[in-house]
Amino acid sequence: MKMQSDLGRVRGLGSAKSGSSHWWTQRVTAAANLPLGIWFIVSILAGHTANYDAVHAWLSSYFHSTMMILMIVSVAVHFTHGLQVVIEDYVHNRKAEVISLMLIKAVAAFLSVAAIVSVLRIVFAGA
Amino acid sequence: MVEFNLPANSVVKEGKTFSAPADAKNVRAFKIYRFDPDSGDNPRTDTYDIDLDKCGPMVLDALIKIKNEIDATLTFRRSCREGICGSCAMNIDGRNTLACLKPIEDIKGEVKIYPLPHMPVVKDLVPDLSQPYAQLASIEPWLKADSPTPPDGERLQSREERAKLDGLWECILCFSCSTACPSYWWNSDRYLGPAVLLQAYRWLADSRDEYTGERLDALEDPFRLYRCHTIMNCTNTCPKGLNPALAITEIKKMIAERRA
Repeated sequence: MKMQSDLGRVRGLGSAKSGSSHWWTQRVTAAANLPLGIWFIVSILAGHTANYDAVHAWLSSYFHSTMMILMIVSVAVHFTHGLQVVIEDYVHNRKAEVISLMLIKAVAAFLSVAAIVSVLRIVFAGA
Repeated sequence: MVEFNLPANSVVKEGKTFSAPADAKNVRAFKIYRFDPDSGDNPRTDTYDIDLDKCGPMVLDALIKIKNEIDATLTFRRSCREGICGSCAMNIDGRNTLACLKPIEDIKGEVKIYPLPHMPVVKDLVPDLSQPYAQLASIEPWLKADSPTPPDGERLQSREERAKLDGLWECILCFSCSTACPSYWWNSDRYLGPAVLLQAYRWLADSRDEYTGERLDALEDPFRLYRCHTIMNCTNTCPKGLNPALAITEIKKMIAERRA
């Protein structure tokens, strides 16, 4: 039986005194994704991804490899922040919530690091 | 998880129909949600055919006519019948609004009336609002200042400072906005909802209040404030034409402003 007052229940564990950096980061990465996305689309339209050699030459460039790594980081951060909000909104089983939050972060970390390593291999090893 | 289906005992069934008198010419059907917690029955929708020639212009007039002349068991809240008390907030024609301010002629066809969405129902059109009331109390909606009251008894405010409260003080706390917000539906245990956040901003925007920092501390929380994803249902539905979404954005801006 629950006899706690409504006010006591609403106050709960108090304010987390956080959330603004999550909110701000999501907006900053959204803003960053716009020029990075335009650069990416323009690169595809310019035929830089037409075949293996074209991609290789494209990502060997100092500027384009830098842009690619920036885009990987920005998209990965925006992706995890956005998906975290969706999970917090809809998954109300605490255990499932924590597991799925860690899972999306692990997946995003693995994919983004793998992508960055691939770019660096082209830049440095010429693979 | 989010519930996409109603529990079996909450599924709304078809109820009774009360026909209009034979001589009625301008008849409109009112389909109204009915729920009686004492009966143990499922909720149902009863249909009342009303002669609009013998009824006032607003939806609330029709509800009062039904209660007075057709079915005294119909339960709803009402008081001022002029949009200032906030009692008769309900879902009319798919939209949260005040029954007293909603003209019947604005609605095409059958007038569907339900209680405010996603709140526990006490009876018929009466929702249990104790949670949003407690959330309102939790933001301490009163002037907090350490400076002693001036000897003449008034804390002064310039015209410009006072103008910042316009669009905020008019809220009558009908909770049409909070109960129109999906974030509030899914997370009302932790998210304060647009009505309460608009009230919070009303005190943040008040030049006489000296507890802005503490108020922002209490609001800066992933759920209390940041569950708002700015979908604007609150602003769309507000029967007083206010903009809770803007107030919430202003709170987020204030918190952003004090960051490094």
